[in-house]
Amino acid sequence: MPAMFANIASNYEEAVAVILFCIGFCMLLFSRNLLKKVIGLDIMDTGVFLLLADRGYITGRAVPIITDGVTDMAHYINPIPAGLVLTGIVVSVSVSALMLSLTVRIYKTYRTLDMDKLYLMISNRRKGGRA
Amino acid sequence: MKKIDKDSLLGLWLTGDLNLTDRLYTDPLPHPEETEKYQPGHDRKTAVRVTRCFQRVYTVCAALLCMVFAAVMLLTVANLPPYGADDAPTVNEVAERYVEKGTEETGAVNTVAGMILDYRAFDTLGESFVLFTAMCAVTVLMNLRGKHRRLRVETETVDYHADPIVRTMCKFVIPVILVFGIYILLNGHLSPGGGFSGGAILASAFIIFAMVWGEERASRTIRVPVIKGVTLCALGFYALSKTYSFFTGANHLHSIISPGVPGRILSAGLILPLNVAVGFVVCCTMYSFYMYFRRGEL
Amino acid sequence: MMTAFRLILLSGLVICAVATALTKNLKQAVIIYMAYSVIMSVIWILLESPDLAITEAAVGAGITGILFFLTLHRLHLIDADDAGGKEKEGEEDAHEEDR
Repeated sequence: MPAMFANIASNYEEAVAVILFCIGFCMLLFSRNLLKKVIGLDIMDTGVFLLLADRGYITGRAVPIITDGVTDMAHYINPIPAGLVLTGIVVSVSVSALMLSLTVRIYKTYRTLDMDKLYLMISNRRKGGRA
Repeated sequence: MKKIDKDSLLGLWLTGDLNLTDRLYTDPLPHPEETEKYQPGHDRKTAVRVTRCFQRVYTVCAALLCMVFAAVMLLTVANLPPYGADDAPTVNEVAERYVEKGTEETGAVNTVAGMILDYRAFDTLGESFVLFTAMCAVTVLMNLRGKHRRLRVETETVDYHADPIVRTMCKFVIPVILVFGIYILLNGHLSPGGGFSGGAILASAFIIFAMVWGEERASRTIRVPVIKGVTLCALGFYALSKTYSFFTGANHLHSIISPGVPGRILSAGLILPLNVAVGFVVCCTMYSFYMYFRRGEL
Repeated sequence: MMTAFRLILLSGLVICAVATALTKNLKQAVIIYMAYSVIMSVIWILLESPDLAITEAAVGAGITGILFFLTLHRLHLIDADDAGGKEKEGEEDAHEEDR
């Protein structure tokens, strides 16, 4: 058990990434406002990106931009997570734009962003449609 | 609901008449208060009680789920190799190959650019199409033409153009941002940056322009056919320029285009034009996000 | 020294995330989220990924924030359209918390 805690303390960046992911997840689950849920999803995204980038980082090494002809791997960090995260950031902004436009449509139809009120209205509407 | 003709969808989008909102939402929902009134009294009470009960169960379940999630992931973090270790399993022969042979094979000094636009160019192509799809979805959802036009009430928007400080500053700042964006875009294979960041910076310059000079003026300056044409041309160019690897047996490392001298601006084969294409797609997507959210049309 | 800087930045990240989760006002939440993105872009520099730093600063702090603000503005417009222009601006801000 103490070894485990020591390991978490040495991997503090990854631990923070996991904590950020959990904060975003809690926002997604507990926040009743749809806009807050979108922000929570964005925070979850950045948590995942931080974890990926941390795995690619190697202490004491430089950016993989080969300017002085040194092509030895021993001088550079891992470029793969950077490439993955680069596409991920842009996808996350397009996903949040899509969700924000859906939010606007929901507000236009129901005049509320509260999930509980939305549930009530949708269930009422369903019963009204059946009768 | 009317069925949407698939063949004419692209044509409609190109001519600017794509307005699925009318077709998808032909059945307007009743006003919330009407549905509330519809419910008999006892039924409403039951519904409220059931909802409260569900909420309590939901809160407990969600908290449990969160805690289990956090515990499992922290346990995983505890078992990961140490932070910044050079013998971690992620530093394998793939990364070594990219770094050691990347400049020689792709001609790009920036290994990340060489990776995402040469070794993994199909990944980036799919990602550009994700952006394009998001733009189409936002177009469908936020289009305020036709019967939704009455929502376009401009209630006391601040006229930034009347403010001499803002106007003068923007006259200085916008060219600087544009030049910086073009520099980032064109130097993607030599220095940090590339299509994604350069496109976003260019889009932010256009967004400032639209914000200060007004959306009407911006849409007269940057016309809708230009945005659509640039997006389609960039995506088409990217797709076409990567199809040649189909004909060379999916192994496009031995391409006919020479990588050139690494470090020059005109080097790295297709990476520079692909960077520009990706930048244009990102720029047009971000700018049209802004225009649709702000104005309801491009 | 660098470790201390890293720790400060990471704790700032966590504080910003918690503050975004706890604040009731949506405008404040969006502004704190933009600050979070700026801290994130500094962390990308420390992780030796300047590509990500540029992209995060332009996209995460700039364009995402603008989109959130425009969404809030659009919701205000819908409210104003509902009220038929009778309600005053001050009341809309008061309604923001229970939206």
